[in-house]
Amino acid sequence: MSSAMHYRYEILRTLRNWRFFAITLALPLVIFYAIASANRHAHTDGIAFPLYFMTAMAAYGAMFASVSPGGRIAADRARGWTRQLRITPLRAHTYVISKVLSTYLMALPALALLFLAGVTLGVRLEATHWLAMAGLLVIGLAPFVEMGLIAGNLAPVDSIPPIVGGIVVLFALLGGVFGQIFNGGTMLTIVKVLPSYWLVQAGKAAHGGGNWPLEGWIVVAAWAVALVPFAVFAFRRSSSRA
Amino acid sequence: MANRNVPGGIVLSCLSKSYGNLRAVRSVDLMIAPGETVALLGHNGAGKTTTIDMMLGLTRPDDGSISIFGASPAAAVRSGWVGGMLQTGSPLEYLKVREVVALTGSYYPNPLPTDEVLRLTGADEFADQLTTKLSSGQSQRVRFAAALVGDPDLLVLDEPTAAIDVEGRRDFWQVTRATAERGKTVLFATHYLEEADAYADRIVLMARGRIVADGPATEIKARATSRVIRATMPDADLASLRGLPGVVSAERHGGTVVLSCSDADSALYALLGSYRRVRDIEVGGGSLEDAFLELTAEDDRGEAIAEEATI
Repeated sequence: MSSAMHYRYEILRTLRNWRFFAITLALPLVIFYAIASANRHAHTDGIAFPLYFMTAMAAYGAMFASVSPGGRIAADRARGWTRQLRITPLRAHTYVISKVLSTYLMALPALALLFLAGVTLGVRLEATHWLAMAGLLVIGLAPFVEMGLIAGNLAPVDSIPPIVGGIVVLFALLGGVFGQIFNGGTMLTIVKVLPSYWLVQAGKAAHGGGNWPLEGWIVVAAWAVALVPFAVFAFRRSSSRA
Repeated sequence: MANRNVPGGIVLSCLSKSYGNLRAVRSVDLMIAPGETVALLGHNGAGKTTTIDMMLGLTRPDDGSISIFGASPAAAVRSGWVGGMLQTGSPLEYLKVREVVALTGSYYPNPLPTDEVLRLTGADEFADQLTTKLSSGQSQRVRFAAALVGDPDLLVLDEPTAAIDVEGRRDFWQVTRATAERGKTVLFATHYLEEADAYADRIVLMARGRIVADGPATEIKARATSRVIRATMPDADLASLRGLPGVVSAERHGGTVVLSCSDADSALYALLGSYRRVRDIEVGGGSLEDAFLELTAEDDRGEAIAEEATI
């Protein structure tokens, strides 16, 4: 009994679903080029617009790639195979880890392609800054991976698209992916407790030397930890009949 | 795996489950010895699937307990002692048939070789197809293969032949029988009496959430295939009719008396010998369906009386 084959086949399934993969990767790239190429010499929040928007779109693309696998989970459920898995010795944590792995498998190329696109529009960073930014984005995605797991395990398959779209757009908008919508005051304070705000800030952090302030770490960690029991609950509920 | 051969096998005691007002399973007691092949027979809604789901740990009972070879359902499943084929479910997308079977085998401690299972279930003919391209019959074979590949000690099949054609059914039961002959315990749910009779050592008949009959297949079949004599005899006494040879039960509907018989010939001779005023005699067709309805109806009447008593 080993989990290796389960992980391998989960990744294989992700790659074979190439339409899903292609759309997930292409959408943020298209938006990036459409907007950033026209504003390549502008500045936002004190940083060059292409860098700002590259990080913002990387955050958006990776969020999209992280939440949307919920649709694949819902599809597995709709086919009834999740219940079949429940009557095999496969452990719940192996199942969940495999979903997290395959989700990052979608998110990482999304990040890499956006970085590459940024370079084509003149973004230049030191190697350590690239790595720091990528690292922060990967960590900051954790809450969104969990949201995908929760949605995929709770929602019926036909309501997944609006749920995923809603989560991503709302968090992206408030988090400042399309430009900061609040320049101070109470609303900015509120927006700062969203994990998407800190995803966008990963670019700024990288530019300035590579880290979030403590506040960012606390927000991201709090979301990641707080969502775990919901994810576990959702998984348990999904495989038992009412 | 140390507990697998302890006597007792599978024990359900006082098992109950309700969904809202619907009492799906009511106080079911059942023991299955290791190596037995048992059919759970009943109409849709009799409680078969709910009972099976509880045995597999998919549904939590409201009351009562389940022991699978001395362990809880969840522990038995985790140890790889159980293989199941649920009523619904399509194999995982974006995998080939061979991959689904091999993957399922990889979850178990001592799986059978994938190729052997594919051959046994006839899934070898389309082993390299993606699961999304399968017909419902093919998909059912894959699910059967997934239930077998772990070489479980308890094989649970919930209406396994629903989507399989007649020829496929024969192969299916041949494999199931071979599994039983290797000492495995098999429990299958069906609503076909013929299927239960042909392939099970023992039939457990469920109706409205209860077990209404439990015995060797031949015995249940004999009970279930009784013939019925109908006759007009306004003044006959039911108690003495019940005493006639070959009569199992007697009932009156107005002037008509209905006798259920284990031996209709003897009953008819005795009836004609002892009653002069019998008219309109019909010896009715013990169709399996009628008999099945009759056995389950007995329970319904008991139910009605019990419910009246509580009002």
